[in-house]
Amino acid sequence: MTRPGKVARSLATALPLPAGAGMARMLVERNYRSFRRSWTIIVSGFFEPVFYLFSMGVGIGALVGDVDAGGRTVPYAVFVAPALLAASAMNGAVFDSTTNVFFKLKYAKLYDSVLATPLGPRDVAVGEISWALLRGLVYSGAFLVVAALAGAVEGWEAVLAVPAASLIGWAFASVGMATTTYMRSWADFDYVQLAILPMFLFSATFYPLSTYPTALQWLVQATPLYHGVAMVRDLMLGQVGAGMLVHVAYLTAMGVVGTMWTGRRIERLLLR
Amino acid sequence: MPYRSSRASEPTASQSTASQSTASQSDGSRSDGSRPDGSPPGAPASGRAPQGTGSLISARGLVKTFGEFTAVDGIDVDVRPGEAFGFLGPNGAGKSSTMRMIGCVSPPTAGRLRILGMDPASQGPQIRARLGVVPQRDSLDEELTVEENIWVYGRYFGLPRSVVRRRATELLEFAQLSERAGSVVEPLSGGMKRRLTIARALVNEPSILLLDEPTTGLDPQARHVLWDRLFRLKREGVTLVLTTHYMDEAEQLCDRLVVMDHGRIVAQGSPRSLIEEHSTREVLELRFDADDHSRHLADVDGIAERVEVLPDRLLLYVADGEAAQGEVARRGVEPLSALVRRSTLEDVFLHLTGRTLVD
Repeated sequence: MTRPGKVARSLATALPLPAGAGMARMLVERNYRSFRRSWTIIVSGFFEPVFYLFSMGVGIGALVGDVDAGGRTVPYAVFVAPALLAASAMNGAVFDSTTNVFFKLKYAKLYDSVLATPLGPRDVAVGEISWALLRGLVYSGAFLVVAALAGAVEGWEAVLAVPAASLIGWAFASVGMATTTYMRSWADFDYVQLAILPMFLFSATFYPLSTYPTALQWLVQATPLYHGVAMVRDLMLGQVGAGMLVHVAYLTAMGVVGTMWTGRRIERLLLR
Repeated sequence: MPYRSSRASEPTASQSTASQSTASQSDGSRSDGSRPDGSPPGAPASGRAPQGTGSLISARGLVKTFGEFTAVDGIDVDVRPGEAFGFLGPNGAGKSSTMRMIGCVSPPTAGRLRILGMDPASQGPQIRARLGVVPQRDSLDEELTVEENIWVYGRYFGLPRSVVRRRATELLEFAQLSERAGSVVEPLSGGMKRRLTIARALVNEPSILLLDEPTTGLDPQARHVLWDRLFRLKREGVTLVLTTHYMDEAEQLCDRLVVMDHGRIVAQGSPRSLIEEHSTREVLELRFDADDHSRHLADVDGIAERVEVLPDRLLLYVADGEAAQGEVARRGVEPLSALVRRSTLEDVFLHLTGRTLVD
């Protein structure tokens, strides 16, 4: 048994839930195996933000010119690229933790057979959320490469956006999966779009927060994607400050709550 | 016997399984008084047919309720090492609920349950590490190939990849699926899927194999192939616990069984002892040209120990079927058809509950 595995397990068993999450990586391994045969679906998740980058950043950017970001004037593409990166991390994580998890939960009955083994509900939660997070990471990593090639990235500190994107992925995947456990049919996924699309459009994604009147600014700052966008933007524009801690704390809290919530929901649904 | 031979060659592998599931080794050996694995790892009989007299599964006053509905209503069960134990009963009798509690995926509402000497409430993962589960509905991973199903499932038990691969080869041979190893699961026949589910459940070399309605929905030929595989496992000393609503399956496979109805155990024993205790040696079945067969009860009055009226026939429980048939003829009663057969578990169930098993 490897050392990281031991550490992960002792950590997991120390947490106050009936079953630990030390075996979650086996579910990640399973997903990887299944994914190898259907890798083409990842392509769409990659192209979406890339298309946005070229239409918004490059196309509209030519009309907009430079914008003011945190006291600095940058080309519009440089301003919008971090937001698209954060949004793609969200989209990738949400897609996997809702649609794919719903299919496995309701139709493939994957977790019923998984729970007959030593794996517990927390393993299922952590395993699926990790997988969604990993997928989000692949999207955002690839996007970063394209953005750099397109000249929308300024410096090497942009690499820090990759771990930041995985934090965004965790936050959204965990809450996304918890929400999925309440879904009754595919029609319920319209509600997911209803939550995701406005966030994508209005989280200071395409223009600065200062565009909004004060009351709306508060509302926007309450949404998770705003913190994701602001965090990645600060990192990519080299404006790291204390405000960063707020973003990290918000998304970490969301990830912890979402993961615990998912574990309990899986337990309630399947271990009756 | 490919399945058994793997045991002797993999002592380290099976040990690492135990140490990978959280603290199972220390917990298991401390609290598990009836631990069947008394012999050294790798010894031919290890983990399979232990010498001890303790029960592998012990339930006392086991209850499962879902809201107002009581699925299992206070049952006592003891399953001994190496036996094939059956839960027989109609749909809704509480068999599957019982199996889920034994499989540690459903907490008992009340009562005491010990599996391999452990408490499911606190040691679920350690118990599940030593169970093989064949659910009622095949829950194979359709996104994976046949052999990947076994690999991945073995990984859920924390088995090393090399061990999982070796066992998959052996298990696919056992399940007569070697030729389909690389194909996807979806196009397999019902019988093949069932055998794959059983092979998958054996990947951790379980101490107990739980089978919920193993042959429901299979055609007769597929059932016989499956029974043959289960016989082999039994001969190798695997403890089988199964549910069924087929009396022939119970008679074929089970050393001992309990008959369940409405969440309660109404009788228990070996198939033979149950028949001896609750039925006569033979049964005379009479069919009449009548909508209501109870109209003919008077015709056969006094011939049998007991008469059951079914919608399409009368069942006369007698010691000597031929003699009873002669008496029917002597009285001038003329049924459409008359058949003499031996008593089965179906008759036991009918006698105990007043209903047929499969309707």
